[in-house]
Amino acid sequence: MKKILTGNESAAWGARLSKAKVVAAYPITPQTSIIETIASFIANGEMDARYIRVESEHSAMAACIAAENTGVRTFTATSAHGLALMHEVLMWASGARLPIVMSVVNRAMAPPWSVWTDQLDTMAERDVGWMQVYSENNQEVLDSIIMSYRIGERHHILLPSMVIEDAFILSHTAEAVDIPEQKKVDDFIGEFEPAFKLDPDEPAGFGSLIMPEGPYMEFRYKMALAMEDAKREIEKAVEEYNETFGRNYAPFVDEYRTEDADAIMLVLGTIGSTAKDVVDAMRKEGKKVGVARVRYFRPFPTEEIRRIAKSTNMLGVVDRSYSFGPGADLYAETKSVLYSHTDVPVKDYVIGLGGRDVTPEVLRKLFDDMLKIANEGVVDKEIEWVGLHGDERWS
Amino acid sequence: MRKLTIPEEEYMLPGHTACLGCGATIAMRYVLKALGKKTILSIPACCWAVIPGVYPHRALDVPLLYTAFEVTGASISGIREALDVLGKEDVNVVGFAGDGGTADIGLQALSAAMERRHNVFYIMYDNEAYMNTGIQRSGSTPWGAWTTTTPGGKKRMFKHEPKKNVAEIMVAHNIPYVATATIAYPEDLIAKLRRAKEIKGPKFIQIFSPCPTGWRHSPDKTVEISRLAVQTNFFPLYEVINGKYKVSIKPKNPKPVKEFLKLQGRFRHLTEEEVEYIQHEIDENWKALLKKERCSQEE
Repeated sequence: MKKILTGNESAAWGARLSKAKVVAAYPITPQTSIIETIASFIANGEMDARYIRVESEHSAMAACIAAENTGVRTFTATSAHGLALMHEVLMWASGARLPIVMSVVNRAMAPPWSVWTDQLDTMAERDVGWMQVYSENNQEVLDSIIMSYRIGERHHILLPSMVIEDAFILSHTAEAVDIPEQKKVDDFIGEFEPAFKLDPDEPAGFGSLIMPEGPYMEFRYKMALAMEDAKREIEKAVEEYNETFGRNYAPFVDEYRTEDADAIMLVLGTIGSTAKDVVDAMRKEGKKVGVARVRYFRPFPTEEIRRIAKSTNMLGVVDRSYSFGPGADLYAETKSVLYSHTDVPVKDYVIGLGGRDVTPEVLRKLFDDMLKIANEGVVDKEIEWVGLHGDERWS
Repeated sequence: MRKLTIPEEEYMLPGHTACLGCGATIAMRYVLKALGKKTILSIPACCWAVIPGVYPHRALDVPLLYTAFEVTGASISGIREALDVLGKEDVNVVGFAGDGGTADIGLQALSAAMERRHNVFYIMYDNEAYMNTGIQRSGSTPWGAWTTTTPGGKKRMFKHEPKKNVAEIMVAHNIPYVATATIAYPEDLIAKLRRAKEIKGPKFIQIFSPCPTGWRHSPDKTVEISRLAVQTNFFPLYEVINGKYKVSIKPKNPKPVKEFLKLQGRFRHLTEEEVEYIQHEIDENWKALLKKERCSQEE
């Protein structure tokens, strides 16, 4: 069944089809319509879940943690400041090995106030032990939620997931979305079987005090192993999902016309779509460019990125966020995994912060710059801020 | 043979790590005796995050979820809703938090949980300061008390603000059950928990829990100080059931507060005038409480 849905409606459908039983909800633009849609599903009897109208995102995550630890599947959604407020309890969720799934609508962090898309909010949470999957369209939002429950709930994984979409470009833009059959989704995910739970018949304590000689370090190591093991589960889940529901997802990196490309653009989220169109246009002109849209940022697709980098003469990384270290996040991590594996030139393009429009025209200029670097083998400037006011080179 | 008034069952096991004479430990023991085996606890950062012991030891025979400092209200909401989904309506869900985690950092989540009227217990064990971190002032620290962040000294930096009245804040939420209790009156404490257990909805109970380490008193004085708090009207025992106040114990001849204060090093620096001021405040608060009882019982 196809419906015309916004990204946020697609997220709500993902939670509904996955049969989350406790939803803790707190509004924040541009996420709000996810929890509104879920409220109306429940009000209409189309979704059977307890809906806790908490007083903050911090409490939303805390309530999900408690409910999940009691043995039920949970869901929540947030953006930007709400995600930042959750920071402490995000680590509680992953450390407690609770496979909660949360929609995050990427939004810029204030000040100044901006509700528009920017990936700093999720990038700032890259180290909290959650899986992160970035979406290109509304279908992927819905499908990724379903797949995230299946992947996270495996007992050797037990990690929570953020399913991420760009503010407004996806969250409030409607397109045709295929709604999977409920029965098939049920079969794909299975009943929620908690690995452990709060139960008076088997009293146990969760999260107690631990000394330096206790297994704290071992718990962290097991999380690291689970994050690595999750790669196999992601591969399996994506393969089975593609087969069952007629999709064509790549597990980690969605590659478009990269096979013989002189320069490849590495990107997260909806910029990937725009870039694919530009690639088509440039290919017609004989310019060999390609796009590699990273879906999973956690676990980080180290092997895929190495392979892609080795297959080309230049890698242009497009970041819709900036972290005040050695460049923006996708760039910094990409360079880190390439070190001592390849000398391919890599350049960071910081673009579209605070929701500034990223047009095909600008992306074409980036590709031209990338081809020039591929040809000359010299990176003129490692970190390029694109489209600043007064900037004549890129606008 | 006389009938036991306190249940024999024990859900506290030997081997807890509390200080000698810890009032909060006695409070937990009575709470679990009253509520029984079908109880799930959520405990934030506080003394009780440490008292059950170091992993893998646990001196409690009920399931226990340790939570972040400020989330007890949200945590018990999540446990309750999940249990109801699973058809386990008969399991008690209990938030057990200190005064800092209740009056200060956890007040927002607590307020929201009460307002949403989840079927939960919230127990505030009140030892009147951040004791687990080493005796820092909380909103629940009484006027005049020494703590490490209100250290007295030449500038007399003891606490110069009155104690925040969390029970009254809970009454303002129009929840069905609010009570105060203390460990020197275990029958009263247990009777209150049992009454609360019959009520479906949010229940808030503040248990005055002396802390020898933080209050600077001898560990063998815990029960005596708890009793004196009631007999001096320093900490009156009462319940508010659906908005109606009922004072549990009305001392015929209240003792001067000085008798309560003088056993505790945290009040040692107070002058006669300051003790008189505390007495005056206690008398006014007691009169106000009796007035609330009269007014709310009138129909």
